[in-house]
Amino acid sequence: MSGDRPLKTQLSHPPRRCPDPFWIVLGAITAAYLLFLTALLGATALHSSPSDLIRALGTKEIRYAFGLSLLSCTISALLSLLLAVPVGYLLSRGSFRGKAWLDAALDVPIVLPPMVVGLCLLILFQTSFGKLVEHIIPFTYTIAGVVLAQWIIGAAFAVRTMRGTFDHLSPRPEQVAMTLGCSRATAVWRVTLPAARRGMFAAASIAWARSLGEFGPILVFAGATRMKTEVLPTSVWLELSVGNLEAAIAVSLVMVGLAILVLTGVRVTGERV
Amino acid sequence: MIRLENIHFQTGDFAFSDLNLCVPTGAYGILMGKTGGGKTTLLELVCGLRQPHSGRIWIGDKDVTFLPPGNRGLGYVPQDGALFPTLTVRKQLGFALSIRKRPASEIEARVTELATAIGITSLLNRLPEGLSGGEKQRVALGRALAANPAVLLLDEPLSALDEETRDELMPLLKRIQRKAGVTVLHVTHHRLEAEHLADAIFHLENNRIAEAPNHG
Repeated sequence: MSGDRPLKTQLSHPPRRCPDPFWIVLGAITAAYLLFLTALLGATALHSSPSDLIRALGTKEIRYAFGLSLLSCTISALLSLLLAVPVGYLLSRGSFRGKAWLDAALDVPIVLPPMVVGLCLLILFQTSFGKLVEHIIPFTYTIAGVVLAQWIIGAAFAVRTMRGTFDHLSPRPEQVAMTLGCSRATAVWRVTLPAARRGMFAAASIAWARSLGEFGPILVFAGATRMKTEVLPTSVWLELSVGNLEAAIAVSLVMVGLAILVLTGVRVTGERV
Repeated sequence: MIRLENIHFQTGDFAFSDLNLCVPTGAYGILMGKTGGGKTTLLELVCGLRQPHSGRIWIGDKDVTFLPPGNRGLGYVPQDGALFPTLTVRKQLGFALSIRKRPASEIEARVTELATAIGITSLLNRLPEGLSGGEKQRVALGRALAANPAVLLLDEPLSALDEETRDELMPLLKRIQRKAGVTVLHVTHHRLEAEHLADAIFHLENNRIAEAPNHG
């Protein structure tokens, strides 16, 4: 107690709270990590002059890779969403034996080494089933193969996001819709999916961003043929392998910009990645 | 009439065994009981959102035990209203009729009729977000009544409301029930609600239902 101090002093100078060392340490760790990330991107951005970067991006190979990346990522994101909505709903609202196993199995593409995913794809399409599919749509070393390699990883992330979205939506409005005359499918279509639109946008965006950075499975399964199956990560690798650092940096910065754009878009909708 | 005959139901550690209940046609039945005692589960059984292991559920003279929720001819108002988050109040009120593919003019007329009866005409173009608790419950009530159900199931519709709003809504519930001639099963743990509204009071205790006289 500070009973000996005059009352006026106590009132005019309230005791100051010392910052808790616990929060200071946590803040310092976070600041150090953020500084490292900023240094990483800053050093890359400042390594070349803007004119060098613009010249590198103007080459027809990189423009092709840019176009193919945008197209293939958009297709794989939409296909990921087509899978993620029903599977995410099943995981969230379904109650069945083996659900925990299914849940774990759907994470396999996330934890598998990317090169292994590519190798597995290559082997699958050498089987009689794979060859049959290839008669209809050729995948190996084609643009369709690029999309498939991107889709495998992107879909796994989209499923996680959609499951989280459905987990956060109360099932009650859907149940009320069923009492009002809807079948479950109609209730989901008319009530749940409109309410889940932000989550669907987030799931597609995450799948898109993951697809944009995909390299290992594409390299193994679709190859790295210029002006054919070359996407932006392939360009970075090809340019680095011939010592063209400016072009590799230019493509990398484009990818960083696109990733930041997607992240911002998702955050604006209120969803969390 | 709502009639439950020898209902057996189990989920996890919770179970109903040989449960019986009868709310006469046109009556306002109140179901009371402790929190966690299975009142909501019982309503879900009547709705068809859960399936009993054995026993029969009747609405009027129709055995609805194996009918899907939408074919039972009932309206359901859950505890928080559970409004459809992306639809305007107008669309919520017209939902049941639009599912039945009724003409737009009929839907509009019914929406206007309901909105007037429930006192929400000024809310028709609003989304649920931003509506007060009382307004949400009025909309949920109107939505449940839109297709003229024979039975109305209300799961603690007034519990989350302040006293003033509750005092406003209690006469409305009674008036609407009398006007529509609908049989009501209203779950609550407020004695005052029971005394004001009930034609018949049921107590759910130890997974058994006992009917008690209303001295209100």
